[in-house]
Amino acid sequence: MRTRFTVNGEPREVEHDTRATLLDILRDQLGLTGTKKGCDHGQCGACTVLVNGKRVNSCLCLAAMHEDDEMTTIEGLGSPEALSALQKAFVSQDGYQCGFCTPGQIVSATAMLEELRAGDPSFASASLEGEMPLDDSEIAERMSGNLCRCSAYPLIREAIAMAAEVKS
Amino acid sequence: MTKTFRMDEAQPRLLDETGQGIVGAPLDRPEGPKKVSGRAAYAADGLPENAAHGVLVRATIPQGRVTRIDESSVSEVAGLLGVFHGPKMTRNPAQGMAGAAPVQPGNEVHYHGQPIALVVAESFEAARDAAQRLVVSYDADADVITDPSRSETHEQDDPETAGDFEAAFAASEVTLDRTYTTAPHAAAAMEPHAAVAEWEGDALTLRGALQMLRFNKKELADSLGIDPEQVRILSPYIGGGFGSKLGIGPEAVAAALAARELGRPVRVVMSRQTVFDTVLRRTETSQRLRLGADKDGRLRALSHDDLVSNIRDEGFAEPVSQASQFLYGAEGLSFTQTLARVCRTPTGSVRAPGEAVGMLALEQAMDELAEELGICPVELRLKNLPDKNPMTDQPFSATRLADCLREGAEQFGWAGRKPMGERREGDWYVGMGVASAARSNMLIKSAARVRLTGDGAVVETDMTDIGTGSYAILGQITAEMLGLPVAKVEVRLGDTSFPGASGSGGSFGASSAGSATFLAAKAIRETLAERMGCSLSELTLQNGIARGGNREMPLSELVDEELVEEASVEAGDTADSHFSAGFGAHFAEVAVHVYTGEVRVRRMLGVMAMGRILNEKTARSQALGGMIWGLGSALTEKLTHDPRTGHLATRDLANYHVPAHADVPGDLKVVFLEERDDMANPIQTKGIGELGISGAGAAILNAVRNACGARVYDMPATPDRVIAAMDAAGF
Repeated sequence: MRTRFTVNGEPREVEHDTRATLLDILRDQLGLTGTKKGCDHGQCGACTVLVNGKRVNSCLCLAAMHEDDEMTTIEGLGSPEALSALQKAFVSQDGYQCGFCTPGQIVSATAMLEELRAGDPSFASASLEGEMPLDDSEIAERMSGNLCRCSAYPLIREAIAMAAEVKS
Repeated sequence: MTKTFRMDEAQPRLLDETGQGIVGAPLDRPEGPKKVSGRAAYAADGLPENAAHGVLVRATIPQGRVTRIDESSVSEVAGLLGVFHGPKMTRNPAQGMAGAAPVQPGNEVHYHGQPIALVVAESFEAARDAAQRLVVSYDADADVITDPSRSETHEQDDPETAGDFEAAFAASEVTLDRTYTTAPHAAAAMEPHAAVAEWEGDALTLRGALQMLRFNKKELADSLGIDPEQVRILSPYIGGGFGSKLGIGPEAVAAALAARELGRPVRVVMSRQTVFDTVLRRTETSQRLRLGADKDGRLRALSHDDLVSNIRDEGFAEPVSQASQFLYGAEGLSFTQTLARVCRTPTGSVRAPGEAVGMLALEQAMDELAEELGICPVELRLKNLPDKNPMTDQPFSATRLADCLREGAEQFGWAGRKPMGERREGDWYVGMGVASAARSNMLIKSAARVRLTGDGAVVETDMTDIGTGSYAILGQITAEMLGLPVAKVEVRLGDTSFPGASGSGGSFGASSAGSATFLAAKAIRETLAERMGCSLSELTLQNGIARGGNREMPLSELVDEELVEEASVEAGDTADSHFSAGFGAHFAEVAVHVYTGEVRVRRMLGVMAMGRILNEKTARSQALGGMIWGLGSALTEKLTHDPRTGHLATRDLANYHVPAHADVPGDLKVVFLEERDDMANPIQTKGIGELGISGAGAAILNAVRNACGARVYDMPATPDRVIAAMDAAGF
């Protein structure tokens, strides 16, 4: 079957197996291999991409579901020569080791900061309404869908807090 | 001609005298921008043109024989290219540094989940579909042993002893006899094992997720029955290893077999479930600790006996009591290991094999002894530090364990620790715990090549970077030695066409490959000194300028043609004359929920002395990561086997609980104490990657005891177990 969508600002049209996940299409057909397959079951977050601005596990999406959607992958957030504020902070804080979960952490954090700004509450929030603080417990709770076996967690969160401050 | 240096005696601390000043500095990883932007290509990322997709099929009986693989059951699948099985298929990954093929069991099945066939198709979807449909017939054995405690094939080693344990134990004023169990663990690296195999004539190129390429090349060739010279392996980026990628795996062998047969590239990526099923796990353990001491806290007797398991025909047995054999001194020491043969996923090295689980037991037993004696747990440890290895009588090459304990107690606020159960904040009991950290240190034969032009330097070795920082530290060593800004050094790794290094494992990679790199660069310094007409000791290299003998010359003028040196290093007399290990102290503060038994780690501090630190930033990350692994082994990680079949019931990341962000406090601190290990290697370093986990979990569990009285003997200390232990303690 054929599906059309936009990835990193570029219109794309893909011919694919009906069973193909968005993750496999991004990686194997479009060559956007920054998005990683860590579990293929929505358990690790390595495949996180933005679909219409929201973070999703692309391994849990069939490509066929995304006609006309706008996707952003890690490649769309920055390049080695022009890193985003979050990407730079991950490098300076050593918020990664092997680097395999890193694209997912960064894409997820990009959307997470928007969710915080929009006032979406989390399990760690004291109240369901009002301004959400950017503290470590909020970041930890909201990033818990992204596993890191190297366990760079404290440094990932330092990087996120640092980038958020730079941006605001 | 490669120069091989043997580590026979202490070497000058050249890296303390060179002028660039960047060894040890907390520099960013040079590959960082690629990793954070998704441009670092891991094994499965490069999909060659015309590549076919392979999916492994697993056995669904615990033991027996495959009698038929019915290929007609999948012949209808569109795009099917073939079903591959036969005598060359491997049962499980090779053990670390095997250098030879893993077991190739033919039609035999030795555990539930063993890969028995590879289905290859034009698309991943078709291959996965066919792998699920494939009909396999078995002749299953009856009465299969899947439980180590029921195994009748116990292999017991003779005890390793020093002095007379029984007599010393009997003469002790206070004794302790406890049994602790630990659950089996999975490495669970984020990158599933993957291989892309491509043949050109008789030459095989394999892009793999592998930690030890020098060995992996031989293992792959041996598995396929070809010459190692026909094999090239590329692993420039590896998505975590932790021991799980030490040896060649079934995905690589199967991909190579299918690619040769089909005459086109084949990619095989293990599903996460297959990773759990077939990649070497850490054994479950049962550990009996017997400690005897005088009332003043002097240890007189220490015994650490363990029961571990593995599948038939595997030589590996988790060295559970490794640290117990050198950490504390006593008149009588005794260590006995028993290995049970079971039909379960085979066991092998997972981060800090031995210490990771052995120190959970030893360091809790020490805590229990301190309590029994009414002595501060820090004091008890300080009282019992030996000045040489008590089993071998070798002097320690360098140890600052006492300083680590004292400095850690000071920085953590240990003096504020309350008696058991006396600190309560709302619905939470709060407590503190301590544990020593120890991990033996090694130097493994390694080679590296350094090239210097007037414009900069290049390092080439088949060493890998599994997230450890090899790219960073090899660049720093070279830049330091040749007086270059680090940006002027390019580090090329993960290619078997480069000189063979130790690979990443056993915490020896940085020391071993780093020493080889250092020696190659040192040889270049010798040439530069000659050209400057000065002695080596007069030569100074800094920011691309050579100085010596009252002359000054830019390297761009001094080096007209490329200078190339290859060097190799191996262990020598110092490995016998001295005992080298990394030491440290872990401190933890936890809160335990009064009603649910939930444990929250609030903060941790690790104070460690691990020789010269090559990059303070990547070293810290390694240490932090290890401490979080300690948290996982203490509180959350547990592989569960189906008691009937041995099959793993917790074979994904939803059921095997590696720590997540919310489990890990932001307040995790690491302090490195300055140290040089002159006997370890020419650069005075020690291993870092595994010391962080060693003992960390015990500090947490000791804090749980201090908080709420719960002493959990079966780890992990999940809330149900903590609640039961609180009840038992009267809390």
